[in-house]
Amino acid sequence: MNFNTKIRFDFIKHSNKFFIFSGILTLLGIISLLVFQLNYGVDFKAGTNMDITVGKTTTQAESIELLKQAGYDKVKLTVGGNNNERVSVRFDEVLPQDKVNVVKKAFTDKFGAKASFEVNVVSPDMAQELGKKAIIAIVVASAAIMLYVIIRFEWRFSLAAIIAILYDAFFVVTMFSLFHFEVNLPFIAAVLTTIGYSINDKIVIFDRIRENLRFGKYKTKEQLSEMVNASLWQTMARNIYTVAAVLIVAVSLFLFGSESIKLFALAKIFGLASGAYSSICIASPLWLILKSKEKKKVAAKPKTNP
Amino acid sequence: MNWKRLAAFLAIVIIMLAVVAGTSPSLVKDIRLGLDLKGGFEILYEATPLEGGEKVTPESLKETARSLEARADKLGIAEPEITTEGTNRIRVKLAGVANEDEVRKVIGEPVNLTFRAPDGTIKLKGTDFVENGAKVEYDQLGHPLVTIKLKNAQLFEDVTRSLIGKTLAIYLDDTMISNPSVNSAISGGTAQISGSFTLDEANDLKDKINMGALPLKLTEKYTQSVGAQLGKQSLHQTVEAGLIGTAIILVFLIILFRVPGVVAAITVITYTWLLILVFWLMNATLTLPGIAAFVLGIGMAVDANIIMYERIKEEIRSGKSLLSSLKAGSKNSFRTIMDANVTNIIASIVLYWVGNGAIRGFALTMIFSILVSIVTNIFLSRLLIQLLIRSNLFKKPSYYGVKESEIREL
Repeated sequence: MNFNTKIRFDFIKHSNKFFIFSGILTLLGIISLLVFQLNYGVDFKAGTNMDITVGKTTTQAESIELLKQAGYDKVKLTVGGNNNERVSVRFDEVLPQDKVNVVKKAFTDKFGAKASFEVNVVSPDMAQELGKKAIIAIVVASAAIMLYVIIRFEWRFSLAAIIAILYDAFFVVTMFSLFHFEVNLPFIAAVLTTIGYSINDKIVIFDRIRENLRFGKYKTKEQLSEMVNASLWQTMARNIYTVAAVLIVAVSLFLFGSESIKLFALAKIFGLASGAYSSICIASPLWLILKSKEKKKVAAKPKTNP
Repeated sequence: MNWKRLAAFLAIVIIMLAVVAGTSPSLVKDIRLGLDLKGGFEILYEATPLEGGEKVTPESLKETARSLEARADKLGIAEPEITTEGTNRIRVKLAGVANEDEVRKVIGEPVNLTFRAPDGTIKLKGTDFVENGAKVEYDQLGHPLVTIKLKNAQLFEDVTRSLIGKTLAIYLDDTMISNPSVNSAISGGTAQISGSFTLDEANDLKDKINMGALPLKLTEKYTQSVGAQLGKQSLHQTVEAGLIGTAIILVFLIILFRVPGVVAAITVITYTWLLILVFWLMNATLTLPGIAAFVLGIGMAVDANIIMYERIKEEIRSGKSLLSSLKAGSKNSFRTIMDANVTNIIASIVLYWVGNGAIRGFALTMIFSILVSIVTNIFLSRLLIQLLIRSNLFKKPSYYGVKESEIREL
C-alpha cells in the first residue's frame, strides 16, 4: 500500500534518540526531586498563604518591613503581578484568625483600603490528606484510561499510551521541581487534565494506526515502521493545529489571566508541549516495539495458516 | 446553486447569533460567581462530638449543618452554601460578607445549651428544645428571664422529677449561667432560665439560644478568604485572557480552514453560549478554576472541529466529491473524537471524585464542556457544513483549504 504523503522526517528511525532524550529528562527529574524536592504550597504542607493586592507598586523590602512589624521575620515572600502590585506571603504555621488580622492591619495601615486579601489556611492533617488524594487521583485516572483504551483498542496501545502519559505527568512535575514553582491543588488539576489532553493526542494517532493496520498487511518490521511513520504524518496537521490552539489559550491565560491561575496555566503549557511531543516521539514508537515483537513470534511459527 | 439550503444555513446562523447576542448579557449577569471571584470566605470544619465517647452520626452532622445555615440566614447573608462532606466535615461558603471576623465568630461558635445534674451528667441538650422557642419574659418581680420550650414535655417532667431537691444547672457551652434547684416535677414543657439578668443580657442569651445549638464541636481545618476587590480583579483579568485566546483561535480557524473555519467559529461561539446556558440552568457556581476549564474547553472544542476538517480535507484530496468527502470525513472522524472525549471525561470524573471545592467546580465544568462540545462541534458543525455544500455555492476545493494540485485522480 502506498501512502501518498510527503514524509519529511522519519520519527521511527530516530526513536532511540527520543527515548534517550526522554530518559535523560526523566533522570533529571528524579535527581531534581531528590535534591530540590517540590515546593509545596499550603495545600500540601499546612500553613497560611496570603495574597495581597496593595493597589500600587510596591517592593519586596517594603513588605518584609511590614511583616517584621507584625512580628514575622522568617516568611517566604514574593512580589509580582502587574506593576508589582501583588504580594504573596507564605507562613509555615497555621495562623489563627486574630493573627491574620494583625498582618492584614499592617498592610491596610500602609496601603489604605485598596489593599485586598486572599487568605488560605490549611491544617496539617488536611494537607496530608490532600497529598494522598492527589496521588490516588493520578493512579485511578491512569488506570481508568488504560482500561478504556484496552477495551477500545488493545493492550499494546494502552501500555504505550500509559507510559507516555505518565512521562508527561512526570515532565510537568520535573519542571515544577527544577524551577521551584509552587505545587498546590490547581497544579494537580493541571497534571490531571494534562493526562486527559495527552491521551487525546495519542488516541488520534493510534486511531489512525489502527485504521491503516486494517487496510494493509504488514509482515516485516520495516513495513510496520513505514506504516506508523505514515500514520504520524497523516495526523500531523491536526496534531500541530490542536496543540497550537490549546497552547494559544493556555499562553493567554498565563500572560493575561489573574495571578492565581498563572501557575496552573504554566503547568498546562508544560503538559501540552510534552503531550504533543510524547504522542509522536514516545507513544507511537513504543507501540511499534511492542507490535513488532508480536510479529516475530508469528513469523517463527511453522506455516499452519495458508 | 441551491437557494433553499443556503437560506436554511443563513437562517440557522442568524437566529443562533441573534439569540446568543440577545441573551448573553443577561445570562452572564445571572451566573453565580464563586467566592474567589466576588470575595467571601470558605471554611472547612471538622466536627467532633461535644462529649467524649459519642460518635459523629450522619444525622448530627446534618443537623449541625442546618444550624449553621440558620445562623447564616439570621445574619442576613445571601445564599449561604453549607454542605456536609464525608463523615465528619462541614464546608461553609459565604460570599460578599463585609464584616468577616464577626460573621466567622458567630457562625462557628458552638452555643451549646445543656441542663446538667449536680454530678455533671447532661440531662437535656440544646437539641431537645424547640427551635426559635426562646423568649424573654418577666417574673413576678419584673426581672427578666428567658423561657425555652421543650420538644418533649414528658422528658422534662421526668428529668425534673428525678432531681427533686437537687439542682439542675444550665450551661451555655462550659459556662454555668444559672443553677436553679428543682422543687417539683415541672410539666407543660417550658423551662425557665432565671438569674440576675439585665434586659440586654436576657435578650443576648435568648438570641444565642435561638441561634440554635450546634450538636457538634467544630474545628477549622481549612479556610480561604478572598477580598472582594481581589476577586473582581481575578474575574476581570481571567475573562479578558479567555476572550483574547478565543479571538486568536477563531481567526486562526478561519485562516486555516476557510469556509469550514467560519462554520467552526460559529459553532465555537454557540458552544460557549450553550455552556453558559447550562451553567445558568444548573444554577452552578462559576469559580476561577472553572473559568480556566471553560477557556481550555474552547481549545478542546476547536480540536473536534480540526479533527473533522482535516479528515474532510483528506477525503477531498483523495478525489471524492465534496458531499461524499463530508460524509466520509465526518463518519471517520466521529470515532476518533468520541474516543478522545471519553478519555477526557474519565480524567474529569476522577478529578471530581477526588477533588473538593474549587477543583470539583473545575472538573464539573470540564465534563459539561465536553458534553456540550459533542453537541455543537460535531453535530451542529456537520449540519452547517452539509447545508453549505449542498447549497452548491462553495464548490471549489480551495474554499476548504485544499489545493487543486493536491487532489488525486480516482
